[in-house]
Amino acid sequence: MKNIDSYTHLRGESLFVDDIITRQDTLYGLVFDSPKAHGKIISVNYANAEAVEGVIKIFTYKDILGKNQIGGIIADEPLWAEDEVHFWGQPIAFIVAETKAIAKKARALIEIEIEELPVITTAREAKEKGSFINAPRSFHLGNTNEAFEKCEHVFEGKTFSNGQEHLYLETQGAYAIPMENGNIKITSSTQGPTSVQKIVAQVLGVAMHKIEIDVIRLGGGFGGKEDQATPWAVMAAVAVQQLKKPVKYILNRHDDLRMTGKRHPYDSTYKIGLDEHLKIIAYDVEFLQNSGAAADLSPAIAERTLFHATNSYYIPNVSSIVHSCKTNLPPNTAFRGFGGPQGMFVIESAIAKAADALGIDKRLIQEANLLVENDAFSYGQIATKVEMENTWNTAIKQFDLEKLEKETAEFNAANTNYKKGISLMPITFGISFTNTPMNHARALIHIYQDGSVGVSTGAVEMGQSVNTKMLQVASQTLGISPDKVKLETTNTTRVANTSPTAASATADLNGKAVLKACNALKERLKVVAANLLDANIEHIVFKEDIVFATKEEIFVSWEKVVAAAMLKRVALSENAHYATPIIHFYKTKEKGHPFAYHVYGTAITQVTVDCMRGTYEIDAVKIVHDFGKSMNLGIDIGQVEGALAQGIGWMTMEEIAYGKDGRLQSNALSTYKVPDIFSAAKKVAIIPLETQGNDMAILKSKAVGEPPLMYGIGAYFAIQQAIKAFNPKHKLQFHSPYTPEKVLMNLYE
Amino acid sequence: MIEFILNNKQIRIFEKSGKTLLDFIRENNQLKGTKIGCREGDCGACTVLVGTLENDVVHYKSITSCISPLGNANGKHIVTIEGVNLENKLNVAQQAMADNFATQCGFCTPSFVVSMTGFALKSIEKPTQTSCKDAISGNICRCTGYKSIEKATNVLEVKLRTIQQSNQLAELIKEGFIPDYFASIPERLKKINFRPWLSKAAGNFVANGTDLYVRYADKLSEGNVNLVGDIAILKGITIEENRCKLGASTTVTEIAENKELQQIFPKLKTFLKLVSSEQIRNMGTLAGNFVNASPIGDMSIFFLALHSTLHILGETERKIPFQEFHKDYKKYDLQKGEILTAISFEIPDKDTKFNFEKVSKRTHLDIASVNSAAKISVKENTITEANIAIGGVAAIPKFLVKTNTYLKGKALKATTIIAAEKIMQSEIAPISDVRGTNIYKRLLARQLFFAHFVALYPQQINLPSLITKQ
Repeated sequence: MKNIDSYTHLRGESLFVDDIITRQDTLYGLVFDSPKAHGKIISVNYANAEAVEGVIKIFTYKDILGKNQIGGIIADEPLWAEDEVHFWGQPIAFIVAETKAIAKKARALIEIEIEELPVITTAREAKEKGSFINAPRSFHLGNTNEAFEKCEHVFEGKTFSNGQEHLYLETQGAYAIPMENGNIKITSSTQGPTSVQKIVAQVLGVAMHKIEIDVIRLGGGFGGKEDQATPWAVMAAVAVQQLKKPVKYILNRHDDLRMTGKRHPYDSTYKIGLDEHLKIIAYDVEFLQNSGAAADLSPAIAERTLFHATNSYYIPNVSSIVHSCKTNLPPNTAFRGFGGPQGMFVIESAIAKAADALGIDKRLIQEANLLVENDAFSYGQIATKVEMENTWNTAIKQFDLEKLEKETAEFNAANTNYKKGISLMPITFGISFTNTPMNHARALIHIYQDGSVGVSTGAVEMGQSVNTKMLQVASQTLGISPDKVKLETTNTTRVANTSPTAASATADLNGKAVLKACNALKERLKVVAANLLDANIEHIVFKEDIVFATKEEIFVSWEKVVAAAMLKRVALSENAHYATPIIHFYKTKEKGHPFAYHVYGTAITQVTVDCMRGTYEIDAVKIVHDFGKSMNLGIDIGQVEGALAQGIGWMTMEEIAYGKDGRLQSNALSTYKVPDIFSAAKKVAIIPLETQGNDMAILKSKAVGEPPLMYGIGAYFAIQQAIKAFNPKHKLQFHSPYTPEKVLMNLYE
Repeated sequence: MIEFILNNKQIRIFEKSGKTLLDFIRENNQLKGTKIGCREGDCGACTVLVGTLENDVVHYKSITSCISPLGNANGKHIVTIEGVNLENKLNVAQQAMADNFATQCGFCTPSFVVSMTGFALKSIEKPTQTSCKDAISGNICRCTGYKSIEKATNVLEVKLRTIQQSNQLAELIKEGFIPDYFASIPERLKKINFRPWLSKAAGNFVANGTDLYVRYADKLSEGNVNLVGDIAILKGITIEENRCKLGASTTVTEIAENKELQQIFPKLKTFLKLVSSEQIRNMGTLAGNFVNASPIGDMSIFFLALHSTLHILGETERKIPFQEFHKDYKKYDLQKGEILTAISFEIPDKDTKFNFEKVSKRTHLDIASVNSAAKISVKENTITEANIAIGGVAAIPKFLVKTNTYLKGKALKATTIIAAEKIMQSEIAPISDVRGTNIYKRLLARQLFFAHFVALYPQQINLPSLITKQ
């Protein structure tokens, strides 16, 4: 089944926040933000701005009736700065005017005096100065100290992976309208409607039931709208609360880039020990996460880095620690992979370093350590239904790695101006929110009396086609055609207290709730149908808009059953709740079983480096991926391809640059480059692994949003291989992204 | 008054000509399928088609409406996503996208459809000339990774091959590529009487906005602008005797598609594909690139190496060597009241070869870290003349006077080039910025300098011979 929004998407008829009908008296908001990364606010002069005709009011922290606090995990982030600013781009005030142009003009007239304080932009510097968000987290397995003693080979090194801008094509934004009795309805481009509702209520000082959040869809989220969609909606709501007029605020791209956080840069230090059979015996790793100026989701992201620090390998002795370092950058936030990619980059770097020193192929070390059934992760969970070696071996065989490697070697021997490189990248990614209490969801299903069905869930549609999957679950379970089912907007008054659409788990959690609700409705309708058909309930089957009894000879239409149920006063609506069973995690011991299951896969990446110019092309990425039993392969393959491109972007051309003064230098699309159609891998081949699927996944179809992003890491190591082929003297560096600049410098160092 | 056709609707309005076409579409006409992604021409989400009537045929090209002044719509057919929709079904491009799962979040999707439909309309003239991939080179998608979109473009290309060359517009309508109102557009455009002329009225000179609207859109949108992109005397490519003259408002696309220039520079299209995206090439003019005066301007570098002459019109016309135009960072020889009218250059003879190199973080739709162009004449293995220009390594687009002088009369061999490269390094002074450190730019300058010779004279010069003797 195609994405159910295809038709309207392709005709430009799908509605995003900036497209919905606005009331005529709508006012427009604009943030005034800090022009310095750290300092004391001495004075702000709003007089000239306020004097501009058409400026209605400029809001500051003084106008807040509730709490000036938007922090999610830790209450450390004001909506609007009070006496101090902690990052360049920190919101200080909110201009509300009759038009966007007026607001912009007014903004330019605000004068601010800031007494500058020292600026920290890197995690290393923050650690040296003892600037942290919270206490470090640490996972241990076995005893690394003892293990390193016994190792045949020990290697140490440092790595750096840079941040990444989400670059959702639709910028952040919200439209808030006043309802009666001080109630406010907000259409928000958020992955977390409930957190928007909660924070709006907190800042406004009102009960949550007065705030309704509606989400139609997002023009991309990728984690960037999990926590950081909130402030803009809150600001609009503060203005509505006091002005009693609709207020719209859509960020322009420059403001969005400057004011919002990104994927966390990580500075890491590792020590890896191997025995004579290339078994990794010990791994010691310290992660310095550049968290930015406030906690945001950093503690949770740091935690996931530890969960994925050993990627797809079994290592009996692991010691890992992560520090969330407080710096003067915008608070960094969730981004597809959520700290996992950063952890995986380090172990892959450690293996590459070891292989280089030993003069062997990196693949040999990877292969010797792949996770197998009943291996323990460093956090105590025992790996079951492991498909790691299965994907690895299938990839090598199906894509004929031996031939690819031979061709690469032959090409490199015959060419001087161009060199090819090849790498293998295994992935193992845990599915569930690592914060166990978040793993629940609800669905509200109405069967209308004409037989059509409306489905509401807590899932937010942002391109991942979760609504299509929800529709599939409902239609398959009820045995009715897809066109009878409509997916409603995500709305806090229909489905409340939701977890954000994140962690790749949304289809699982909400899908299971839909399944449960549909099954309950079906049970009730079975009674009605059995009555109508004069048949045994056990024999009632729902299929293709028909309700059959026993041998398909006796049947009645779906509509007739629904109509009969209506007459018999049977409830045609159902609200179901699903909470993932089994999972748990004890933070005191840092052990538990946090994941419902893991997703596995292997990618082979081939690149060609232009050794004259330092540029490169991704020739092919060949993947064997564990989809479980995919419920929609077209959509799932789209997720793999999209995540892959994003992962390759993170590893190659996407370079975030902050000045020492904390100002974002890659502050426009002319200076921050994401992959375009020509930089995508020339060939992407994806083989779905044949498995039994996993019952913890919706219809055994495994989560697919985040895991494939990490295939992109393979691009880094393939480029490195090609450079090494041209310049054997090159000392490997692990400093992503591998921009053409770094490539050229490494080719000729 | 501004008069044009927006989709199937006649527009006659009194609006500021400087307003952006995007705002006119979204705000005044409530056509919300055209999206706002970046407002600087770098994402393509606001792509629309512009149809221009020439000899009874409407020629369509894609542009980014966010940096396009409304006044430029005068006399044109402007097509948004709503204007390519068929009634109650998907058009061919849309169907190909749907069938290949090529839409995810849907935000960039309409712009891809517009670009693809533009390709279909353009392929009427030049069926197999370009690939549909080029047509969407200015459209950024953050969800799909492009492979599914690529499949859709392949389908479109295959379906377009069945279109009959005669009566193509009717065929495209019949086969469901475009809605049927397109058939009425040529006649309706004829009735709009609009002749752009060069005026000295108030307002900034703006050709098509690719530079000025990125920097000053807020200010420009408030008033009228002095539009020079469509003025006949500033356009056109003419070749007389051995000189080629290009009007100042010639766009990069017009250069790339010029048959005669393609013969003079066989790799012209390859070179110019490195310049921005399809949408921006359709808008960006020579004069715009020259007076933007960026040290990294692609067209500046290109024409510097061609040893071009600049034609300037003030009270009288004057001509200056192009390498004397840029004086210092963003300073150039253009007096108040003067306007660039054309650039001309001598057509290279049979002993002369031309090459263009550009390296940026992203190969396409990006600004160079370093770019360079070279026109080199070699007779009997002796360099008789060298004109090499390099960008991104000085305050101005740099014509390498000393290096070129050194090369003249030298034998074409590795040692010559190695020595010349050392001179080049003394002529440049790159600075560190977001496009690279100065050390990188020096290394890259060397590599691109070498690349010219390796590309032009592969028999005589190879990379190892240049780098091993360093």
